[in-house]
Amino acid sequence: MKQDLYTYILGIADNNLILGQRLGELCGHGPSLETDIACTNISLDLLGQVRSYYQYAAQLNERLTSEDQIAFMRTEREYLNVLLVEQPNTNFAYTIARQFLYDIFHKLFIQNLQNSTDQTLVAIANKAIKEVSYHQRFSSDWIVRLGDGTDESHEKIQTAIDDLWTYTNELFQLTPNDEQMIKAGKGVNTALFKDTYYAQINSILNEATLATPQSKWFQKGGKEGIHTEHMGYILSDLQYMQRTYPNMEW
Amino acid sequence: MNDPQQAIREKQFEAKIARDEKIEPKDWMPEKYRQTHIRQISQHAHSEVVGMLPEGNWITRAPTLRRKVALLAKVQDEAGHGLYLYAACETLGVSRDELYEQLHSGKAKYSSIFNYPTITWADIGAIGWLVDGAAIINQVPLCNTSYGPYARAMIRVCKEESFHQRQGYEIMMKLANGTPEQKAMAQDALNRWWWPSLMMFGPTDAESVHTEQSMKWKLKRKSNDELRQQFIDQTVPQAELIGLTIPDPDLKWNEARQSYDFGPIDWDEFWQVVKGHGPCNKERMNARVSAWKEGEWVRDAAMCYAEKKAAKKEVV
Amino acid sequence: MKKNWPLWEVFVRSKNGLEHRHFGSLHAADAEMALENARDVYTRRNEGVSIWVVESKNITASNPENNGELFEPAQNKIYRHPTFYDLPDEVKHM
Repeated sequence: MKQDLYTYILGIADNNLILGQRLGELCGHGPSLETDIACTNISLDLLGQVRSYYQYAAQLNERLTSEDQIAFMRTEREYLNVLLVEQPNTNFAYTIARQFLYDIFHKLFIQNLQNSTDQTLVAIANKAIKEVSYHQRFSSDWIVRLGDGTDESHEKIQTAIDDLWTYTNELFQLTPNDEQMIKAGKGVNTALFKDTYYAQINSILNEATLATPQSKWFQKGGKEGIHTEHMGYILSDLQYMQRTYPNMEW
Repeated sequence: MNDPQQAIREKQFEAKIARDEKIEPKDWMPEKYRQTHIRQISQHAHSEVVGMLPEGNWITRAPTLRRKVALLAKVQDEAGHGLYLYAACETLGVSRDELYEQLHSGKAKYSSIFNYPTITWADIGAIGWLVDGAAIINQVPLCNTSYGPYARAMIRVCKEESFHQRQGYEIMMKLANGTPEQKAMAQDALNRWWWPSLMMFGPTDAESVHTEQSMKWKLKRKSNDELRQQFIDQTVPQAELIGLTIPDPDLKWNEARQSYDFGPIDWDEFWQVVKGHGPCNKERMNARVSAWKEGEWVRDAAMCYAEKKAAKKEVV
Repeated sequence: MKKNWPLWEVFVRSKNGLEHRHFGSLHAADAEMALENARDVYTRRNEGVSIWVVESKNITASNPENNGELFEPAQNKIYRHPTFYDLPDEVKHM
């Protein structure tokens, strides 16, 4: 049971880690100083949540017993984040689209996690909900601005939404571990808010004068540790220090 | 200067500053005061923003989560400080876009230190400890400078900056107390950053052009050499405390002066970097220019949307 | 297109019971963005519980050239201050 909970926590937290890492790449390169600061704030929120999750997970595992070991010392196949969050910052439209498609899910997920029977997860969710609500507001506002802005921005954000759409369905994929944790009352049954998710997305995209993609072809794999080709590069940055200089304190 | 009324005004203005009264944006000021302030404040703002790059280089590779969030927060603060300073500069009648234009065209300068590369994790420690340490020494007196918006921005900057230097020193301390490999990494970073840090205080007093006027306007309270000495005297014991060696064979405590004597600074290197031929001048500028260019469609979209929305409101 | 985001002034109430104080300025395309940016830029360290933003161009400021006529006349109205009035020493607080 301990091991199952451990795996379940990684499934939540790895999303935040990889997305936080992606946002961190942008620090210093944003379209304006104000936007730069805002994106870094989101990254900091996500990484803060990651630390709480991993600290909890570290108590449940025998091999990896600290937040940093969990964050840095796994192989690619052991990271359980969805493919969406590892997609690159191709341009600001991709950054915002990725954020938006994740934030809507993330908020619904955290709201539900507040009802978990696991009190530590509830405590993390209670703190995260405010942060996540702000993220969603921020990314939704930007979707509308870009969608209903200039012709160029409309086209760019539509392309980004279309390209990333294929990664949305995986957010709702239930692994055997997910099923088990739902049964135990600790996990979140994402199937319950899948329709809400797509309805909320649709409503914001409408407001943004954007088309909701109709494609039903979806990618998956991340939740089972089978990632896109981007992942290896993310990890070689992320793990660089810990791999090059193992067993040292920083 | 043949207008007698102008001369009287300038006299009154200088007297006001001498009485420690602040100058505010709408107050009359001599054109030279305005220009000097635009130059210094914007140079300062540019330094914050360009300064994000060498440290930003290590955000994705920080060795622990704790270090990663601290570094992110620090680099973010620098964006904030750039923002406060650009805003202070804008009160003098120049827009942020014009200031960026000056930076991107190479007309405006920024602190040369950021043209050095960050090649190991220890460089992040060295920057926080030495570069921020030097910056604080330069900046604290500015909290009292004569131009109100600049002084207020500096108060905010100094308050926030206090964690930056600690963050850097803590990184160095941890390395110095770590494995031999880590200690060597720390020493190597100190070796590379020490001299450029000393250069941050600018040319020697004998060579410095602006000092006298800047002193009068309280843009400067102490000379370059005095500040440099203060930095050295403060930093040497900190290095000793963690067992690192300052890379200066001539460094020696001078009992009579109650200060450290130190070896000659390589001013040729300083001028080479100032004139644009440092190791990373091109990379830094390219990064800033491309962030700005690639952001243009985003900024345009937001403006366009705001105007559409405002127009809709008027119709309703 | 190239139109720059306008400048906004930010006022922050640090806690209930205190007034909003001018904290600084920033750029934003519209009021919502100005509020969000103000939150991210000026309240990163828990500095506030309420934010006002106003576009800088909407502020009307007095001209320092007129400071004489605007503010000096108040200087000699010392009878507006309590110390203008003599009281016997026995009356300690009034």
